[in-house]
Amino acid sequence: AYCLLTSHIEVTATSRHYVDRLFDPDPQKVLQGVIDMKNAVIGNNKQKANLIVLGAVPRLLYLLQQGSSSSELRAECAVVLGSLAMGTENNIKSLVDCHIIPALLQGRCMLTVCVTPCQDPTVIPHLMSLLSRSQRTQEYITQIFSHCCKTPEHQTVLFNHGAIQNIAPLLISPSYKVRMQALKCFSVLAYENTQVSMTLVNVLVDEELLSQVFVRMMQRDQPIDMQLTAAKCLTYMCRAGAIRTDDSCIVLKTLPCLVRMCSKERLLEERVEGAETLAYLMEPDVELQRIASVTDHLVAMLADYFKYPSSVSAITDIKRLDHDLKHAHELRQAAFKLYASLGSNDEDIRKKITETENMMDRIVSGLSESSVKVRLAAVRCLHSLSRSVQQLRTSFHDHAVWKPLMKLLQNAPDEVLVMASSTLCNLLLEFSPSKEPILESGVIELLCSLTQSDSPALRVNGIWALMNMAFQADQKVKGEIVRALGTEQLFRLLSDPDSNVLMKTLGLLRNLLSTRPHIDQVMSSHGKQIMQAVTLILEGEHSIEVKEQTLCILANIADGNTAKELIMTNDDILQKIKYYMAHSNVKLQLAATFCISNLIWNEEDGSQERQDKLRELGFVDILHKLTQASDPNLCDRAKTAMQQYLA
Amino acid sequence: MAELGAGSLLLGDPAFNYQEAELNERLKRLYPAVNEDETPLPRSWSPKDKYSYIGLSQNNLRVHYKGHGKNHKDAASVRATHPIPAACGIYYFEVKIVSKGLDFLSSLLPLSPIPGWDKHSYGYHGDDGHSFCSSGTGQPYGPTFTTGDVIGCCVNLINNTCFYTKNGISLGVAFTDLPPNLYPTVGLQTPGEIVDANFGQQPFVFDIEDYMSEWRAKIHGMIARFPIGERLGEWQAVLQNMVSTYLVHHGYCATATAFARATETLIQEDQTSIKNRQRIQKLVLAGRVGEAIEATQQLYPGLLEHNPNLLFMLKCRQFVEMVNGTDSEVRCFSVRSPKSQDSYPGSPSLSPRHGATNPNLHSAGADSPTCSNGVTPPNKNKSHNKYPGVSSASSSSSSSPSSVNYSESNSTDSTKSQPHSGTSNQEETSDSEMEIEAEHYTNGVAENPSARIMNGTYKHQEILQAQDISLGNGVAEDSCASRQLCGGNQAATERMIQFGRELQGLNEQLCREYGKNVTHKKMLQDAFSLLAYSDPWNCPVGQQLDPMQRENICSALNSAILESQNLPKQPPLMLALGQATECVQLMARVRSGSCSFARVDNFLH
Repeated sequence: AYCLLTSHIEVTATSRHYVDRLFDPDPQKVLQGVIDMKNAVIGNNKQKANLIVLGAVPRLLYLLQQGSSSSELRAECAVVLGSLAMGTENNIKSLVDCHIIPALLQGRCMLTVCVTPCQDPTVIPHLMSLLSRSQRTQEYITQIFSHCCKTPEHQTVLFNHGAIQNIAPLLISPSYKVRMQALKCFSVLAYENTQVSMTLVNVLVDEELLSQVFVRMMQRDQPIDMQLTAAKCLTYMCRAGAIRTDDSCIVLKTLPCLVRMCSKERLLEERVEGAETLAYLMEPDVELQRIASVTDHLVAMLADYFKYPSSVSAITDIKRLDHDLKHAHELRQAAFKLYASLGSNDEDIRKKITETENMMDRIVSGLSESSVKVRLAAVRCLHSLSRSVQQLRTSFHDHAVWKPLMKLLQNAPDEVLVMASSTLCNLLLEFSPSKEPILESGVIELLCSLTQSDSPALRVNGIWALMNMAFQADQKVKGEIVRALGTEQLFRLLSDPDSNVLMKTLGLLRNLLSTRPHIDQVMSSHGKQIMQAVTLILEGEHSIEVKEQTLCILANIADGNTAKELIMTNDDILQKIKYYMAHSNVKLQLAATFCISNLIWNEEDGSQERQDKLRELGFVDILHKLTQASDPNLCDRAKTAMQQYLA
Repeated sequence: MAELGAGSLLLGDPAFNYQEAELNERLKRLYPAVNEDETPLPRSWSPKDKYSYIGLSQNNLRVHYKGHGKNHKDAASVRATHPIPAACGIYYFEVKIVSKGLDFLSSLLPLSPIPGWDKHSYGYHGDDGHSFCSSGTGQPYGPTFTTGDVIGCCVNLINNTCFYTKNGISLGVAFTDLPPNLYPTVGLQTPGEIVDANFGQQPFVFDIEDYMSEWRAKIHGMIARFPIGERLGEWQAVLQNMVSTYLVHHGYCATATAFARATETLIQEDQTSIKNRQRIQKLVLAGRVGEAIEATQQLYPGLLEHNPNLLFMLKCRQFVEMVNGTDSEVRCFSVRSPKSQDSYPGSPSLSPRHGATNPNLHSAGADSPTCSNGVTPPNKNKSHNKYPGVSSASSSSSSSPSSVNYSESNSTDSTKSQPHSGTSNQEETSDSEMEIEAEHYTNGVAENPSARIMNGTYKHQEILQAQDISLGNGVAEDSCASRQLCGGNQAATERMIQFGRELQGLNEQLCREYGKNVTHKKMLQDAFSLLAYSDPWNCPVGQQLDPMQRENICSALNSAILESQNLPKQPPLMLALGQATECVQLMARVRSGSCSFARVDNFLH
């Protein structure tokens, strides 16, 4: 509803035509209508007034907010509204009466206007200059900034226009609304932005450090919104590396404040934000995780997040039920996230989490929820807990978490897949009782397909899982892996640009090449390609770890009965082994020596000839030298090898 | 006990005294509602209430274990000297684990009311992190703690819960439904175990003040949102009446009239009556008690006759003012400038003393009105000149604009409006004095020794005053150095002695009529004692000469007059304030912890 301005406005037929076109069922025509309207109103106050009277504003707003509108249409609508706002005071008033400001903020049409500075570089400086006008402009402009700032580029643009210096003084404004909007603006600016965060820590407001201003805003007698937003600012500054994680303003202020936000006394929205921010704060720091795990019964407090909608709300209050339902997903995913963060490093915390009432059941049902957000958070939580040997052996098996996990892997967005496959890697560890049932469920094909993904993370997880699967596996499983993966794919992975993928592929090879009969079998069928790949890697520019792993593969090959000959007959490889025995890195020396040691081992057939050949090639001299090595392991290994000659 | 000896030896240590001061200051800040006369706060472990296996040292703050520690029977504990007063609202103390001892079996039982220990005791175990409540079986609660950790215990007496902290981190509620009168307690079980307590001697690791602020905000919010409902209109009338009666009571005549006009309410007392009271009050506050008595007798005949106690109090005060040299009976002998005589420090409006700090508020009507307008500024320079020193001026004072100003407005205003007339007064009087002084000076030798003393005094005064004037501000009045008995006038002194005799006579008469009165006797003794000292202003009973002392008698007289007119002797505003204050104190006595954050002061701005 909007008010008629004056009674004597002449409503012309053309004006009505413009408005009518906004209701055309054909979006293309609507767009053209809006463009025509734009051209008609420019500089024409009378036309603007006419259109407003005819009800153009609510329709334009509707089109602007409609998700189905094309971005082009929305931009044009915003421009027309902007144009209408440039008219008389009365016009602006009727626009405001139509609740245009929240709509504009929500609709983010200001985004198109102010964060595309190439289009109009004057907007941001203009808004900055308006900051000094009044408390009202301060409140709205900071609000516009926080709503519009969506990407790192936006942050940089605002930063370069002096947002920090201009907005910092507003933090001590006498108006609560201004303080609050300024604070929100900082939280948006600092989020994952090192440049902004590093600048913020050094900013003084009225001779006080900004972090101290934020700490004051987190005091318990401050409004919750302010406490929460101030805690966000400090969290983002901490995560960006501007504040140390052991700083008392984090440990004794920000963290406890965020834990309080998770309490039952807070609104559901606040609890969601509090939990998510806390999860983010402590994700990389085990000490913060330990502190949070004992703060105010946080682990038990989070269990309450799963109790919405509560049975009480359903019976007593429809409104409340609706409210609860709306937030139920958000609450659950926030709790899963926080559990995931809490349990990412510390075994005791993981134990505490799994012992929380119905925890495993909740994760299991979370894995198959309709909301992707909840599924993702649940699998993150499961992943975090799957790092525990004890949990893998007990609760994971008891609750057959592999079943929903496998289901999740069938058809999920990439981000869920990454987490789920990573969790699967842990479930496939040799000591995990879930390994057997997973194998039987035909997971190999799935994992092999992951190794072909475009996403390096998925490739790593796929090959990693296969590697774990192959560890101490029987011949049947190994054969199946090789068959399903295909040698072509295996060798493609050995030249993968991602070094993690390479490492895990080598690990898989190593696991395939263990125990003598397996070594001989694999080498007899794929020996040529494997030796080629090994040569290539040893010649290439790779990290020490990759080379070490490769040498270990050689050592495994050297342990085979027939496979040995593939090395003994390959002088190139022998020269390489020799080279690495004299390498400056002890790990490589050790791996190479191990390889030689396997070749000259006495108890096996043909050992004498191999010993002789290697002596000829000068290996004994090297071994002799290595018996004097300063590294005790290397020294021992060399001595053991030398003994083969003496026996 | 050896530990006790060690404690007392340390008493002389300056560091300890400093710590003691810090402790007092912190406790006062944390628990402003606690009346330590009634309910002392725990400050150390009690050497009496402890097991023999417990040793105390470092002012009874350090606890060490000296038993065998072989099994649970060897556990020992010690409690603090006093239980936690409910008026704390929220109480907190910390214990630092200095040494964990030989093995990891120890406990902390911070709360136990009686040395019986097992019943009604609540604790948090260091070795397993369990909490236990009146029994040997614990519940999983928090993390374990060991050497170097600081463990805190917070008792919330508002909702009767308790939580512990470890190194400044709250571990969450441990117990609910706690009984009252808990003692901070610590229990040890391992040889070599040492813990240090912090009852406020040092800053706490946990930010307890932040936690308190949350509860203060909660309770203030509760009070602010207290539903008034449909009585809204009534409410306003009550408030208006409160303000109006307060203004009338203190004689702020014009303000009261203006207020009544604005709010369309009626004033019960008529204007003349208000002005009369105002005049009498002003006389008392100026130290001219004799005139005040006279005026009272004239305006309210029979009042003082019916109140012999009040009359006696007034006369006593008059005597004191004679010593002070302020009362007109001695003043008439003096030609001195009023400067050194009117030593009232500050403006003549009542000193600002907020209601809640005065415990006798509604029980004793004689008390000064507790809520004065504004702050009394300590600028003696300007305000003390408000009383023109010439004794005869008193009757005209009420008609002078400046004095109306004084009585109507609060002190800050009055000082603003005063300087002009004040300064001119000052110059006038000092000018005339200059002449007198000059005469004396040229006369040279005085005729008799007493006159010479007089001259000398004058001269001394004169120099001081000349300085004052030339500097404009500077040292306004060096009253201590120049004050003399009855202004240094011998005739005045004689008059005072005579008055003293009359007062003595009045006392004896009252004794005959009404029997002995200890208060009177004491009053008289104190007043006469002033004469025993060469410098009465700096003697053990010199307090009496402080012009602040006029306030009590002034409000007593005002109340008596009001009462005689069938008006309330106390304004309802003060009554309400007093009731609220008393109520909060009552809450403390019935152990309602929220009293700590519902203090009346918090609402007086």
